[in-house]
Amino acid sequence: MIVASKKPIEEIIQSVQGSKRLLIVGCNECVTVCEAGGKKEVGILASALRMYFMNQGKEMTIDEVTLERQCDKEYLEEIKHMVPNYDTILSLACGVGVQFMAEMYKDKPVLPGVNTTFMGATLERGVWGERCAGCGQCILAKTAAVCPVARCAKRLFNGPCGGSTKGKCEINPNTDCAWQLIIDRLKALGRLDDYDELMPIKDWSKDRAGGPRIVVREDIRL
Amino acid sequence: MQYPPTIRIIRVPCTGKVDLLHILRCFEKGADGVYVVGCMEGDCRFKTGNLRAKKRVYQAKEILEKVGVGGDRVEMFNLSSGEGPKFAQIATEMTQRIKALGPNPIKGKLIKKAA
Amino acid sequence: MNQDIELKTPSKLEKILKLGHMAVTSECGPPRGSDADLIKKKAEIIKDYVDAINITDNQTSVTRLCSLASCIHLKLMGLEPILQMVVRDRNRIALQSDILGAASFDIHNILCLSGDHQSFGDNPTAQNVFDIDSMQLIQTVRHMRDEGKFLGGDNIIRPPKMFVGAAANPFADPFEIRARRLAKKVKAGAEFIQTQCIYNVPKFKEWMKQVRDMGVHEKVFILAGVTPLKSAGMAKYMKNKVPGMDVPDEIVKRISGVPKEKQAEEGIKICIETIQELKEVEGVRGFHIMAIEWEEKVPEIVKGAGLYPRPKV
Repeated sequence: MIVASKKPIEEIIQSVQGSKRLLIVGCNECVTVCEAGGKKEVGILASALRMYFMNQGKEMTIDEVTLERQCDKEYLEEIKHMVPNYDTILSLACGVGVQFMAEMYKDKPVLPGVNTTFMGATLERGVWGERCAGCGQCILAKTAAVCPVARCAKRLFNGPCGGSTKGKCEINPNTDCAWQLIIDRLKALGRLDDYDELMPIKDWSKDRAGGPRIVVREDIRL
Repeated sequence: MQYPPTIRIIRVPCTGKVDLLHILRCFEKGADGVYVVGCMEGDCRFKTGNLRAKKRVYQAKEILEKVGVGGDRVEMFNLSSGEGPKFAQIATEMTQRIKALGPNPIKGKLIKKAA
Repeated sequence: MNQDIELKTPSKLEKILKLGHMAVTSECGPPRGSDADLIKKKAEIIKDYVDAINITDNQTSVTRLCSLASCIHLKLMGLEPILQMVVRDRNRIALQSDILGAASFDIHNILCLSGDHQSFGDNPTAQNVFDIDSMQLIQTVRHMRDEGKFLGGDNIIRPPKMFVGAAANPFADPFEIRARRLAKKVKAGAEFIQTQCIYNVPKFKEWMKQVRDMGVHEKVFILAGVTPLKSAGMAKYMKNKVPGMDVPDEIVKRISGVPKEKQAEEGIKICIETIQELKEVEGVRGFHIMAIEWEEKVPEIVKGAGLYPRPKV
């Protein structure tokens, strides 16, 4: 899923300063799972902001709503009748949702409430880790299902580098060395000989480097 | 057992049931102080309920500090169910703390709005 | 190595190694500014005691005068530079371009490296590149030299004639894969290797045995890396704070056991003893002395280890 974390409240306060009628919109999917922008987080943020602005003696209406997803027009349309009542929308969805919201409600300022970070998963309650970098050309079959693009700090295709220490990356003692993981898995699968193969140079044109991407399926388009 | 009449008790089956949102809404509606009383750490019959409550109380402290209400207005306490006198003592301690801090700063503004 | 030497490049280092001599290389770190005299002076100190001089490439991700320009300065002094190139900061276009830049000044040696992560240096907020990795860079230089073509397929006018090297770290984890990784680098086209500095000689010997068992020592020239310790503080720092470094307790104890004024001298002694011991290890074809910011000790070390004078080829 897409993992995001809450923006610091000071930053949000700054960005909504000018608003008198604010609608905070949450999302029921990824940001709910990583506890950054779901219904609960919307409630907490709304309560906190109300207290802040009341304390400032400022008149401000802050309302809450949570949509199933903000990356589908069908769900964004559900608040069609509410939106005209507000001067600003604060979306706690990931960067995709914020932008989709703005594309739908063109005349409303839409602000982000979370920092979208990576594609990853829950490692344990309260901890989420990066697993996929969206390089556009998946090589997991060659690396025993551990991704060197997302998990190696240097994106090495023929790692590990000389800084790998006791299974951890040189940049942080808490970060696993992706190549140690790859080697361990290859060993466990009886395929350590795969390690001796030289991995070819990556085609980064399929990655974000090639420009903003689009996937088109002519076979399903009407 | 005597404890100050300024306390309003809300009973929960386990402090793990207390959500951050509940704490914040109390202050939003004008409460001057909130405290959570749970079982001794390690004795929670639901294992980690009181530990979760503690985390939430600390989250609340941080938020209340940042919005200008004050983090000292919320607190977590632990005691075992047989410790009646300690319950009274906590109530007194918290009341004294809140009295010293004064009323919830947004209360005055709430009333103004209602008028 | 057979005596019938086939030289692929005009590199002096290649010639010395293929003639069967023990090679000696050292390195200079460029200055944090544009004063070329600073690097030239360092090179002057060591030039008669080494066969070739490495110039580091923004080592530890700290921005410095670039390796390429420094190598050019050395080449213009009549010396033999080794261009160190990391893949952290440049994409394949810039890498190939800089290789041609070096070749245009007839710089004939290159060391292909990954590079320390930028979080260690003076610009931790920078983007990193890693378009290709160090092994793919080795393949790229060989391709440019031997096929005379760019990665994109076009022909190169006056292809680079470079002797291609890589680094090896016998002390990084996982140990079991390190010799295999060296084999991979050789398969990619590496012709000489400079290892991470050695303090743990037994572990190095173990690694060399694995290398010999694969026959790799006959396919690539391995130069053993050594770094003289300046003080007990330095020994402890390297032991505890530098990833991929192995400094045994006995070494730390030995240098800590002498009074502070004598520690530098002891460090030099340890370095020379290490070289002497490594000379006996089958497959070691030379030494790479890394005395960063202590270049003035290189002459003493080379002499003390019986490696002076350097052969004239």
